[in-house]
Amino acid sequence: MNTIKKLLGFIWLLAGPLIIYFLLMGAVHNIDVHGKKDINNPVIWVIIIAIFLPIAIGLMIFGWYAVKGEYSSEK
Amino acid sequence: MKETTGSGTLRKVIGASSLGTLIEWYDFYIFGMLAKTISTEFFPEGNSTAALLSTLAIFAAGFIVRPFGAIFFGRLGDLLGRKSTFLLTLVLMGGSTFLIGLVPGYHSIGMAAPLIVLLLRLLQGLALGGEYGGAATYVAEHAPPGKRGFYTSWIQTTATLGLFLALGVIMLVKMNSSDERFNAEWGGWRYPFWFSIILVIVSVYIRLKMQESPLFAQLKSEGKIAKNPLKESFRNKGNFKMVLLALFGATMGQGVVWYTGQFYAQSFLETKVALSFEQSRIILLWAIVLATPFFIFFGWLSDKIGRKWVMLAGMLLAIVTYRPIFNQLLEDADVQQWSAENSTTTVKQQTKLLAHSTDSLIQTTTLYKLSNGVQYAKEQTDTLQSASGKILEGKPVIKNKVLPHTGKYVVLVFLLIFYVTMVYGPIAAFLVELFPVHIRYTSMSLPYHIGNGVFGGLVPFIGVLLQTTFTTDPLIGLWYPIGVAALCFIIGFVYLNNKIVDN
Repeated sequence: MNTIKKLLGFIWLLAGPLIIYFLLMGAVHNIDVHGKKDINNPVIWVIIIAIFLPIAIGLMIFGWYAVKGEYSSEK
Repeated sequence: MKETTGSGTLRKVIGASSLGTLIEWYDFYIFGMLAKTISTEFFPEGNSTAALLSTLAIFAAGFIVRPFGAIFFGRLGDLLGRKSTFLLTLVLMGGSTFLIGLVPGYHSIGMAAPLIVLLLRLLQGLALGGEYGGAATYVAEHAPPGKRGFYTSWIQTTATLGLFLALGVIMLVKMNSSDERFNAEWGGWRYPFWFSIILVIVSVYIRLKMQESPLFAQLKSEGKIAKNPLKESFRNKGNFKMVLLALFGATMGQGVVWYTGQFYAQSFLETKVALSFEQSRIILLWAIVLATPFFIFFGWLSDKIGRKWVMLAGMLLAIVTYRPIFNQLLEDADVQQWSAENSTTTVKQQTKLLAHSTDSLIQTTTLYKLSNGVQYAKEQTDTLQSASGKILEGKPVIKNKVLPHTGKYVVLVFLLIFYVTMVYGPIAAFLVELFPVHIRYTSMSLPYHIGNGVFGGLVPFIGVLLQTTFTTDPLIGLWYPIGVAALCFIIGFVYLNNKIVDN
């Protein structure tokens, strides 16, 4: 189980930047000053990216801890 | 180490904590339920600054301010004590709600109105971020060994009961006043806000009589209170790794399952299934009434078999059954399956001239009453071009469906809320046990509010985002809660420990 915990850590490490990439792409594609939906509103995207950036970094740190064996059973 | 608390005192502790948390939820919900009236009064259409403030009031209060409230009040709770901190959050929340009910409208004081409302709304978000951790910690630290899950699960019911109270008070006021009187500047919509102050006074009176949590009191008498709870929570690797585990292995999945069951289901019944406002509310209310006792059951069960498997089972059921359940809700109300041959129809037609144009809009509403008892309205808006005399046909929209039997719908929505009770019932006990007493309030509040406020709160927004990109699948929005719950399930399955810690 400890090996799986460590190996999965690499996935969490990669997932962080991937989430940020998709959020930025989502913002670029959907922000529209003439649009009337929430997803066209730049303010909402700024709020969401600002709040998700530290979460994505948190996921990367979680992955890093997992790779280093911080969540292994003997710890 | 552990003091035992008598059952009479425990009942008072649970009552006082739950009542306060219920009021906090009530305050938070009434703003959302009266959003339409509030936006007319304080955020008028056509004013871009007011629109910006409105967006901030809705989004910032839930997503940004709640986690900050968790950090701010969590720190206070670990420094000053649980009792005084969650007393402060209650006063702040109730006071802000009461004051929103006193702010004059945009027509009386101009831009000051939306600015004051935004400020009060941010205070609400801040207070909500601090309340839950305090109440959960306070009850858990009074609970006897082996019963934390059962006792803290009473607090978990308040998120649902607060929704009930808010809905009940608003409906009571609405039933006793005309639409015009309800929506006037100083009309009935303000009463639910004023009512909050009575609830707060009662709750503060009860809470003032309570003692500090025995574990915190002991820590204080021994001089072991954390000097810098923020530093010890988030800069100490041993604790910070548990904060991350709590977020990614539990609260993230719990947040999306909670939001999908209680809120997304409601909007899905109204917008996608197109049930009438009243019928969709009745279905939801019945489902909530039937499911609420299971918060207590799963809290109790988690004391017996551990928190991990109860919560993960709820997530797994949600992952596997969300699409079939929502698909069934859609299919059972699909008008294509009913023959309109033996129905009575009433047709209403209205023609309106378009502003700045000579074209007209022709709105045709056909009301169907089928022999099997189903009723619905079909609305079509066509455009008559005056120059060519041509009619551009609009897309027909089905609305206000009323079904003769809703039992199956109640069962399906009940299942969605049943999953909520599985993931939400044991979560307070789980979080409390993950962290040491001296930094517990700070450490548990942040992952809880990021999980619920951010991951849960984004369910509708990401649903619309996915729907805009993939237009053919009406259930596409569900991939967000399914995906987040699946990720959380894997992390929880691999990394979480099922051992109940009695610290």
